Amino acid sequence: MSALLEARGLTRSFNMSGGLFRADRTLHAVNGVDITIHKGDVLGVVGESGCGKSTLARMLLGLTAPSAGTVTLDGQDIHTLSRQALARRVQPVFQDPYSSLNPRRSLASIVALPLEVQAMGNAAARRLKAIDMLERVGLPARLADHTPGQLSGGQRQRVAIARALVMRPEVVICDEPTSALDVSVQAQILNLLLDLRSEFNLTYVFISHNLAVVEHIATEVAVMYLGKVVEQSPTAALFAQPRHPYTQALLASVLTPEPGLGIPETGLGLTFPDPLNPPAGCTFHPRCPQRLPQCNSAVPVLGRPAEQASGRVACHLYPVSHRPLTSAIPGPTP
Amino acid sequence: MTAAPLHDRVLDVENLSVDIATRHGTLHAVRRVSLHVKRGETLCIVGESGCGKSMTSLAIMGLLPKTARRTADRLAFMGEDLGTATPQRVNALRGSRMAMIFQEPMTALNPAYTIGEQLTESYLHHRKSTPAEARGRAVELLEKVGIASAAERLSQYPHQLSGGLRQRVMIAMALMCGPDLLVADEPSTALDVTIQAQILRLLADLQKELGIAMLLITHDLGVVARIADRVAVMYAGEVVEEGSAVELFSSPHHPYTRGLLRCIPVPGRTAPGGKLGLIPGTVPSLIGDVTGCSFRDRCEFVQPRCAKTVTMQGVPAGPRWRCILEELPA
Repeated sequence: MSALLEARGLTRSFNMSGGLFRADRTLHAVNGVDITIHKGDVLGVVGESGCGKSTLARMLLGLTAPSAGTVTLDGQDIHTLSRQALARRVQPVFQDPYSSLNPRRSLASIVALPLEVQAMGNAAARRLKAIDMLERVGLPARLADHTPGQLSGGQRQRVAIARALVMRPEVVICDEPTSALDVSVQAQILNLLLDLRSEFNLTYVFISHNLAVVEHIATEVAVMYLGKVVEQSPTAALFAQPRHPYTQALLASVLTPEPGLGIPETGLGLTFPDPLNPPAGCTFHPRCPQRLPQCNSAVPVLGRPAEQASGRVACHLYPVSHRPLTSAIPGPTP
Repeated sequence: MTAAPLHDRVLDVENLSVDIATRHGTLHAVRRVSLHVKRGETLCIVGESGCGKSMTSLAIMGLLPKTARRTADRLAFMGEDLGTATPQRVNALRGSRMAMIFQEPMTALNPAYTIGEQLTESYLHHRKSTPAEARGRAVELLEKVGIASAAERLSQYPHQLSGGLRQRVMIAMALMCGPDLLVADEPSTALDVTIQAQILRLLADLQKELGIAMLLITHDLGVVARIADRVAVMYAGEVVEEGSAVELFSSPHHPYTRGLLRCIPVPGRTAPGGKLGLIPGTVPSLIGDVTGCSFRDRCEFVQPRCAKTVTMQGVPAGPRWRCILEELPA
């Protein structure tokens, strides 16, 4: 099976002004990320705030240009594609359905806008397509001339999904699509996304900080820490046997609704590293309960651990069995 | 409802209502809510946005907006009636013996004052202490909430701290005057999962150690399961079910409670990629007269008599639920 969407050595750094008396500093929001997404996959991307999840999403959408590395769609670099050609195939759904919809436009015109931009059909045909899409995401046609202000949060997120799907894209990048919603509404949106995936043969990148949601929807999970992927595995394997100590801590801190279990001790300590000045070696080593002597100097590479059938992990606890992909491309030095 | 002897109750609320005047009519945000919290106990109020859980906590603290009107048959803190207390008396209690922690530590802390100034302010005011004593107490509490080099932190500003540290400062601030009641409104919602676990663990440990009564408001059923002794589920301004956390999660009595529990993916219980439970429909408007069971339009077990007033059934010690059904059909 060949890759549909692929990132190689993907890096994005931002220059942070140091102010009047200090030198500017560089923030590596995403730092050498390799991911492969096959057709029909749901890749969950998890990690704490500031780990680079959203910057990664923006680069996969072509909204932010990478500082280094490439994103390819069906083997073609997305920066050789025009904005419109890319938008026909890759579409976003954002977190906040209150700010991502134009409050002055009707639902039909919001959903028809991508068609208008692509100059597809006449206005009447576009409107029909938009209304059809609204119905498919569970919004009755009578709402077509309402504005977003008349809708609930869950209904707005349905509009955002309809707008993303009206072009019939292949890939949908969902950045925290249910984080702003109540749990009962979240369940509706997750069910909808899963239905649409089979109906339209979609591939999702699903970015979330909610691990229970990712476990439910994703087929493959990538765990990010300080701009790097530290572990990537098929969902069932990752949740059954997390290998990276950071993944283990993340999973341990999930509060499942089981009374009597108490609140877990993560063992991570209080100090979150300064992303402007990340620790040397493995960036996780200051918080790691299982660190080895080499962890504060040698950078672990993401690769398949010896004697493992699937998944990749970047940790000195797991010697890799073959040359990892990352070493093929000289990454920027942080 | 006399589950515990009344003098045990740090907070005792009976038929608390909050009405808010809007352009479209009166919004009944909180409707006849009764609850109590004992010393050393954690009561969680859980519900979705707009259910009135935050309004309930603000009403208890006397922090409602001016457009809101509070009524209650009883609103007692340590046996003292807050409903008839003078504003001066409420001010004296609030911040010293009843303290509150808010969701957003970034907006709840004043960016223009140092951590030390904000921590000591209420202590200086309520305890009439010397600045040196107040600083000593602040250092003691910052250490208690797990902040290293506490003395140096006092001169820092909120923006110099991470979100997790800021929430620890908020907790320390709430504990400065040794409160009997701690009201925490979504104290961990704005934080990352690993930090959330640390903050909740800290709150639970301190609450048990100091024997505080805690009222914790959250929408997160995972948080509720792990920290609550008792739970009150709110829907459309009312408490629809109340009971021990263990019972509520294992055998919910109200259709809404069960619907809510079925909405969340639980590892090992929901099939990955499978259908999650749904609650059809939307929350009713609370403007104007609200009659009968407020959940009936979304309930699969609705009957004609649901349109009439539905009272709580069950035993005083809990579980109690606001539904005509004695038992939920499977």
